[in-house]
Amino acid sequence: MISLIVNGTTHQVDVDPATPLLYVLRDTLGMHGAKYGCGLGQCGACTVMLDKQAVFSCLTPVAVLEGRQIKTIEGLGTIEHPGPLQQAFIDEQAAQCGYCIAGMIMRAQALLERTSSPTEAQIRAQMQPNLCRCGTHIRILAAIRLAADTMRQAAIPGRVQEVSR
Amino acid sequence: MNALSRRGLLGTGGALVVAFSTRPVFAQAEHAPTKLPGSLSVQPHLSGWVQVAPDGAVTVFTGKAELGQGIRTALIQIAAEQLYLAPGVISLVTADTGRTADEGYTAGSHSMQDSGTAIMHAAAQVRAILLQEAASRLGVDAGALSTTNGRVQAADGRSLGYGELVGSLSPDQVASQTIALKDPATYTVMGKKMPRVDIPGKVTGAAAYVQDMRLPGMVHARAVRPPRYGATLAKLDSSKIETMPGVIKIVRDGSYLAVIAEGEWQAITAMRALQDAAVWTGGQPMPDQAKIFETIQSLPVQDSVILDRKAEMAPAVHTLKARYLRPYGMHGSIGPSCAVAQLQDGVMTVWTHTQGVYPDRAALAELLQMPPQAIRCIHTEGSGCYGHNGADDAAADAALLAQALPGRPVRVQWMREQENTWEPFTPAIVAEVQASLSADGTIVDWQYGVWSNTHNMRPGNGGRLMPSWARANPLKPSPPMPIPQPEGGGDRNGIPLYDLPTAHVVSHFVPDMPLRVSAMRGLGAYTNVFAIESFMDELAAAAGIDPVVFRLKHLTDARARDVVQRAAQEFGWDKAASLPAGHGRGFAFARYKNLGAYAAVALEVAVEHETGRVRVVRAQCAVDSGQAVSVDGIRNQIQGGLVQSSSWTLYEAVTYDATGITSRDWSSYPILRFPAAPDSVEVHVINRPGMPFLGTGEATQGPTSAAIANAVMDAAKVRIRELPLSQERVKAAIGV
Repeated sequence: MISLIVNGTTHQVDVDPATPLLYVLRDTLGMHGAKYGCGLGQCGACTVMLDKQAVFSCLTPVAVLEGRQIKTIEGLGTIEHPGPLQQAFIDEQAAQCGYCIAGMIMRAQALLERTSSPTEAQIRAQMQPNLCRCGTHIRILAAIRLAADTMRQAAIPGRVQEVSR
Repeated sequence: MNALSRRGLLGTGGALVVAFSTRPVFAQAEHAPTKLPGSLSVQPHLSGWVQVAPDGAVTVFTGKAELGQGIRTALIQIAAEQLYLAPGVISLVTADTGRTADEGYTAGSHSMQDSGTAIMHAAAQVRAILLQEAASRLGVDAGALSTTNGRVQAADGRSLGYGELVGSLSPDQVASQTIALKDPATYTVMGKKMPRVDIPGKVTGAAAYVQDMRLPGMVHARAVRPPRYGATLAKLDSSKIETMPGVIKIVRDGSYLAVIAEGEWQAITAMRALQDAAVWTGGQPMPDQAKIFETIQSLPVQDSVILDRKAEMAPAVHTLKARYLRPYGMHGSIGPSCAVAQLQDGVMTVWTHTQGVYPDRAALAELLQMPPQAIRCIHTEGSGCYGHNGADDAAADAALLAQALPGRPVRVQWMREQENTWEPFTPAIVAEVQASLSADGTIVDWQYGVWSNTHNMRPGNGGRLMPSWARANPLKPSPPMPIPQPEGGGDRNGIPLYDLPTAHVVSHFVPDMPLRVSAMRGLGAYTNVFAIESFMDELAAAAGIDPVVFRLKHLTDARARDVVQRAAQEFGWDKAASLPAGHGRGFAFARYKNLGAYAAVALEVAVEHETGRVRVVRAQCAVDSGQAVSVDGIRNQIQGGLVQSSSWTLYEAVTYDATGITSRDWSSYPILRFPAAPDSVEVHVINRPGMPFLGTGEATQGPTSAAIANAVMDAAKVRIRELPLSQERVKAAIGV
């Protein structure tokens, strides 16, 4: 049994320790946000946060995750109460097929938790590992800038107001 | 957003839900001698499009699929407008052989013309019937009634809800020719801002895709693909793999090899072990990448003259000639293809992100040796496809494996390298053009030829499903056919929209396919517009005329002129002389298929002299898609199309050698990443209320490519006629 802390909740999972986190999230814990895109760390569709860093869940075996804080898109908000980045993506209509979007949001979240006023160059450099094939880049960048503004104005600089679960 | 529960997917609506698809398909001939608008011509029954339940719930049906283009939202807007309803109360059912009309493929920017038009007319007619019923019940003239939010109201305050009036709607009611549509001036939903209905779920991790389906008892499968086309499985000892954790079954049929396991990671682990154990032999010889264009031009062709005009023209003083090249390109969906299938009680249900549930069903019927009626294909969203990718093949994998494991739902997703090496590419194309100018800079002669494979190897028969090829009794793909004009395939947009009184255009259709190919966004239009619009700039330069002025000089179509002038004006074309060093501007225009949306692109690029790296800095697009239903949806598609086409144009070429396809991942097939994204892409939608829908999805693929090449010419004084305009190619051309 491996103990995983996902979005603040501890789960005991009985899987091969070599299993990448992506498959445990999707198949064992029923969280669909993180997506399989390449299994190679080249596209970022599987991006989640691990102890404040954006990581490729397709490459991260659960064996190394005991006791560490895992955050997924499901932890940022709900359809009824979206988090600031989620709301910004809705406001900017920053999706076409949307398959890459959960990964985009988690990588942007890691940046905004670290840097409350990122420059354009910082945003682009942060998002570099994540691919979008529909060409939604302009709107994704706009949504990240909008969320940064919202989060700054939310009185707790550089921090997200966690949605109570 | 509805979660993808079985109930949600398979549940039916209210009392009036009728299996209309069992009705005679020739009903139209009996009832409607003239062609009905849009897809009403294939499904004339109003109940095939709009159903009202006694509780007032309204369900709208479309045979088209949501591919990420936002069609779900736009179709709801149309229905809401014509039914006088709030969009939020309408449920939309998309492509499903069990429930919706056969609208063929969701492709070719046709959804608005076909399905949007059908829904618009069907909804207006349903509302008219309900109104008439209310008039007779209330004893007043229908003209004296008003409708708001699903209630028909009389002046004296009496009102009846749609649900109370459904008795007037016979499931057999056929659409009529006479149609009273709402006056566009009174629209409150169409053309107005409405956020996409699917985005909130997609940004919060809801189960939105076929990849996210988790049915009770579902198992996971992976296929093992040969290393190259036609290779056969010579040897395999799978005994150790059969006992790996979670493995349920190894399926082998000839050289078709797959594994089914309880867990997804278990299936992947077993698949990798099978891959290591399998010994493959032979295979089709691969073409030489370095000589691919010569190869394409040396293969047998079927020629057709698609334009032949002659007129008395002024004498030519200048003749130019050029050859433009486009290599194989990849759809490159971010989510590899996926499907879920289940064989239960003799019925095969397939959840698939295919673009055509009915054609896919017909092909699957042949593959599975089952009657089509025993197969149900339900479109379920996948990652954006941009054409015929691995969707249908993944559906075939899932169905074959579900047949091998009856009762349990089988989910198959392809691995990245499987998607990249087995998807049908967009063909390599050669275009040759020669034109002459008169002394005043008028084009007096135009000769054009395009060499291309087919752009349609969609599942016309079971043999076009790739998994069928490796089986012990393989199916043969039905032979490739050209897509005829006026839409065209390799020759799509091969005829310029410009005024060319003397012109000759030949489509050289190449049946033999060195690599597996099929439809990708824009088909031949991407290359033909690249060639034509690059060449227009070359001609303008030879004539000493500004490229925008030169285009307008040869363009009488008023709507074409409007987009050209608008894009130029928004860009500040007149003022662009003061661009920074290393920057250049480029312009291009096309009307997609010469039948669809008009689009003009003006953009600025920065060319890094030392490295040859090109980036689009900013772009202004003007688009006329006819009546605009979702203005922001059009903007999103045009913006995305421009960025995607920039990626094709600057980076993309499928690579291959004797071992097979070598573009196996994103490092060997790089696409545009964030640091290279433009600073801004602005889209100006020229709305034409009351005019026919023209579609949008593919309109900027072509113009973007030529606008970039023209801007690179402006910036670096190098004319590049071979795609992509890669860093290496631009650097070599600059000669640093």
